[in-house]
Amino acid sequence: MLFFSKRPTIKSLMSVKPFVVFSLLALSFQAFAKSGEVAAGEAQRWVTNMTQGVTATSHEIYDLHMLIFMICVWIGVVVFGIMFYSMIMHRKSAGAVPSKFHESTLVELAWTIIPALILVAMAVPATSTLIKIYDTSDADIDIKVVGYQWKWQYEYLGEEVSFFSNLTTPQDEIYGRAPKGEHYLLEVDEPVVIPINKKVRFLITANDVLHAWWVPALAVKRDAIPGYINDVWTIVDEPGIYRGQCAELCGKSHGFMPIVVHAMEEVDYQQWLVAKKVEAEELKLAMSQSFSMDELYARGEKVYQTNCVACHGPTGAGGVGPTLIGSSITTGPMNGHLSLMINGVQGSAMQAFGEQLNNIDLAAVITYKRNAWGNNMGDMLQPVDVLNHKRSL
Amino acid sequence: MKSSASIKSIVSRLLLVTVGMFGFGFALVPLYDMFCDITGLNGKTNAEAFIPLADLIDTSREVTVQFVATNNDYMSWEFKPQVFKMKVHPGEEIETTFYAKNPSSKAMMAQAIPSVSPSRAASYFLKTECFCFNQQQLAAGEAIDMPLKFIVDRDLPSNVTTITLSYTLFDITNGGLIADDSLAIR
Amino acid sequence: MGDHGPAKGFGRWLFTTNHKDIGSMYLWFSFAMFLMGGVFALVIRAELFQPGLQLVEPEFFNQMTTMHGLVMVFGAVMPAFVGLANWLIPMMVGAPDMALPRMNNWSFWILPFAFALLTSTLFMEGGGPNFGWTFYAPLSTTYAPPSVTYFIFAVHIMGASSIMGSINIIATILNMRAPGMTLMKMPLFVWTWLITAYLLIAVMPVLAGCVTMMLMDIHFGTSFFSAAGGGDPVLFQHVFWFFGHPEVYIMILPAFGIVSAIIPTFARKPLFGYASMVYATASIAFLSFIVWAHHMFTVGMPIAGELFFMYATMLIAVPTGVKVFNWITTMFRGSMSFETPMLFSIAFVILFTIGGFSGLMLAIAPADFQYHDTYFVVAHFHYVLVPGAIFSIFAGVYYWLPKWCGNMYDERLGKAHFWLSFVGLNVTFFPMHFVGLAGMPRRIPDYALQFADFNQIASMGAFLFGFSQVFFLFIVIKTIRGGKQATDEVWENPEGLEWTIPSPAPYHTFTTPPAVK
Repeated sequence: MLFFSKRPTIKSLMSVKPFVVFSLLALSFQAFAKSGEVAAGEAQRWVTNMTQGVTATSHEIYDLHMLIFMICVWIGVVVFGIMFYSMIMHRKSAGAVPSKFHESTLVELAWTIIPALILVAMAVPATSTLIKIYDTSDADIDIKVVGYQWKWQYEYLGEEVSFFSNLTTPQDEIYGRAPKGEHYLLEVDEPVVIPINKKVRFLITANDVLHAWWVPALAVKRDAIPGYINDVWTIVDEPGIYRGQCAELCGKSHGFMPIVVHAMEEVDYQQWLVAKKVEAEELKLAMSQSFSMDELYARGEKVYQTNCVACHGPTGAGGVGPTLIGSSITTGPMNGHLSLMINGVQGSAMQAFGEQLNNIDLAAVITYKRNAWGNNMGDMLQPVDVLNHKRSL
Repeated sequence: MKSSASIKSIVSRLLLVTVGMFGFGFALVPLYDMFCDITGLNGKTNAEAFIPLADLIDTSREVTVQFVATNNDYMSWEFKPQVFKMKVHPGEEIETTFYAKNPSSKAMMAQAIPSVSPSRAASYFLKTECFCFNQQQLAAGEAIDMPLKFIVDRDLPSNVTTITLSYTLFDITNGGLIADDSLAIR
Repeated sequence: MGDHGPAKGFGRWLFTTNHKDIGSMYLWFSFAMFLMGGVFALVIRAELFQPGLQLVEPEFFNQMTTMHGLVMVFGAVMPAFVGLANWLIPMMVGAPDMALPRMNNWSFWILPFAFALLTSTLFMEGGGPNFGWTFYAPLSTTYAPPSVTYFIFAVHIMGASSIMGSINIIATILNMRAPGMTLMKMPLFVWTWLITAYLLIAVMPVLAGCVTMMLMDIHFGTSFFSAAGGGDPVLFQHVFWFFGHPEVYIMILPAFGIVSAIIPTFARKPLFGYASMVYATASIAFLSFIVWAHHMFTVGMPIAGELFFMYATMLIAVPTGVKVFNWITTMFRGSMSFETPMLFSIAFVILFTIGGFSGLMLAIAPADFQYHDTYFVVAHFHYVLVPGAIFSIFAGVYYWLPKWCGNMYDERLGKAHFWLSFVGLNVTFFPMHFVGLAGMPRRIPDYALQFADFNQIASMGAFLFGFSQVFFLFIVIKTIRGGKQATDEVWENPEGLEWTIPSPAPYHTFTTPPAVK
């Protein structure tokens, strides 16, 4: 009780309080350091540290992060320790008499050189990690990743497999009309699938504005820049589902374009790839088939909920985008509606869906919009009509 | 305290610095391009045809070249490489083509922007002929095979085994600009 | 010029060329902006109180993050420092006024117009700027709301104001010093402002160039930042951060000067290492020009660039460390008392150092791949700006207010304001480190469930911090209206010419230059 030997006055309490606060901070630092040892489960609460991830790179980055962090903590303990020591011992109220010294070349030189040496010690491991991260050579699989407002497109180079990955969290959960699911805002309709233990290279670019592709467990983050291509790589050690988000402000729904990576065994990956190709073939066949009104309506509702709802609202009443109820487009001529869907409206939030949706989905969603919410146009569109329309353009 | 004349001279010198730094902001544009040319900073490749000097081919080495095509916002063309991937010897002049089709009902202008990954390979990827040197115009429904000729420099660093050449196709029918009055929220 | 007092009525403020009047106007303006920017921040924190969209739509949320950043940087912090410079630099160097009093009037009065223009965009069709205070192209060009043009003009006006202010400050410091006041005898606040003013003159024109290029891209068909016409969106970031990084130091160097004035007074011991403080400030200013691309580690620079910017950034830790060590050594074996200005200064040293630590972590390029654009970055720059810039301004106001208005502030209220702010600040921003490391990106209006707990805590802290500042307004008004009469020295043996004049400082001071030993 050396510090409290004097009768506690308001003034001495004022000077002790920061000490208490500091020890609380130090404690939270400790908790912070420890929590890294717990494997980060999904939707785990009170997470205070970086994930260790599932790749050699992510482990290396985690270790680097902890190393620098601990160096900082120790410097902080020493520096703040001295500071609090003099704040407690050298108080005027405790009768301290000020010294007069105000420089010392030796001391000043020492605290210039020693930090510089510590920095060199930090730079060495950082450099070696960075060099490894930059080695994108000899990849087994190349996947092109394109950022769109506000979704990701994945294209498996040389495999003829390509798809969009949209947020599937319903608007009702976002607006608090339904309980939020476990993977709220971190779930997509089609995750990007990769095999484990293979070097996967992601070629990242963007279609409109800047985006950034980030999956913390892979320790991969790279900006997606329209017109330019960036490459990053990963080798995932364990099968699993890894979630991330867009990390560069890209407009209204920046917070609503998650990334989900599904890493699986090589065999499973090959099966998935084959299934994807079969699906594409089937889709091609289905393009020439005719569907009933109910089939189109049901499919169209799904397509609408993934692609249109963010702007036009769950009931078509509009939001950022115009209302679709009784509008001149949804209740106007079919050809006009189709052209608008295919080409979008340049300079507005209405995108060109001609490339983003296949003919079946286009036909379905148009049919849905023309018959939902009391629009009751009664007409419908078949995929083959969409194809013919595209050809006639 | 000094005279008001010396205040004037300080002010005029500082104003000069201000104007100079405003100019420097703009000078950063060509400086950046120059810097990129030297270092391959942004993966940009040569914008004008490279004229090969001597055709010495390094047959001892093979480099994989991949081709990637991307459409930018509101670009409705079909656009893809005819060959996805090839193995080339450094120094060898290679020819390949990209397919483009304008499916829309109006004539359109496009500009392809090349980008190379890894970016350190950019300055070793020398195009001798490229559709990206010019704007491409296609009538409604027209299709075209657009030629590309290139040489991979023999000095390509040995740790580069794969080069990816990416083209992004931009719609510049309206000069690439979106009219002011139609600017809206995205 | 006789010893006449101020003119009467509104005309006094509109046409004044008096450095004290202009200083006061800058300070009041910046406080108004601080409250406005604070309200924007509270909108953000209220929306982030729990997951889901409750109060605002994402579109408006983005406008709030953008406006909060712009208003706080250009409206609150910078004008506050210029206000302090106006009040203090002439009194510190023994000059009767600023070198260019009429320009001084102009550089203040164009500011309210700039911010009226900027704020009015919120009511325009399509909304205000929604692309972040860093306004990266092409989100801020091709994809911007129509109000972007007004935003650009507002930035131009703010830039002109800053440049005029800086020219004035440099001319005052270089020309108007009392005889005997050599450069190495100047108070550190004057030194840090001299260096800051040079930084401003070097980089504000680059910002002006940057927004001019945007304007040309948007309206005149150039393509500086659009790949379609041969430009490069990444170039925008280079130009912006060439301005932006020195800008960060513009917001912290004067703070170093304030703290270097306050700590010696309350430690009753001369500042340790005056000369090394000057050299450290100059080195930080120099380094600020060669580290800009550490904001862009994820754009895909070649490895040589990453390494260069990583090493250069780490180097900044050295002169910054020197400063922190000097402050602590000044306290060491002093005779300390803990009045409000000292409390804010001590909190400055501790919390700014914590912000420095996270800055060092961010400098490590590979680790930055995990930190970049997450709440870890948000925590970092709020730790350097709030307890850095803002706390130093509070400290400065409490320290010099008795000199300005002649009355002592209420010490108990001042301390209460300090503790409320200190707790509010840490409760707000410390948890942001955690959610950032756990993977929460910045600038999102809604988040995944695992981030909910810490966000809730942060939001509560933000409201505590926000309301504490209304309390500060009350304390300041109460002090101006009355209170214990301040002595001329105000504190115990403070150093500096400003303490040799009466309290409150007369309307005209040092009409005959004092002699400096």
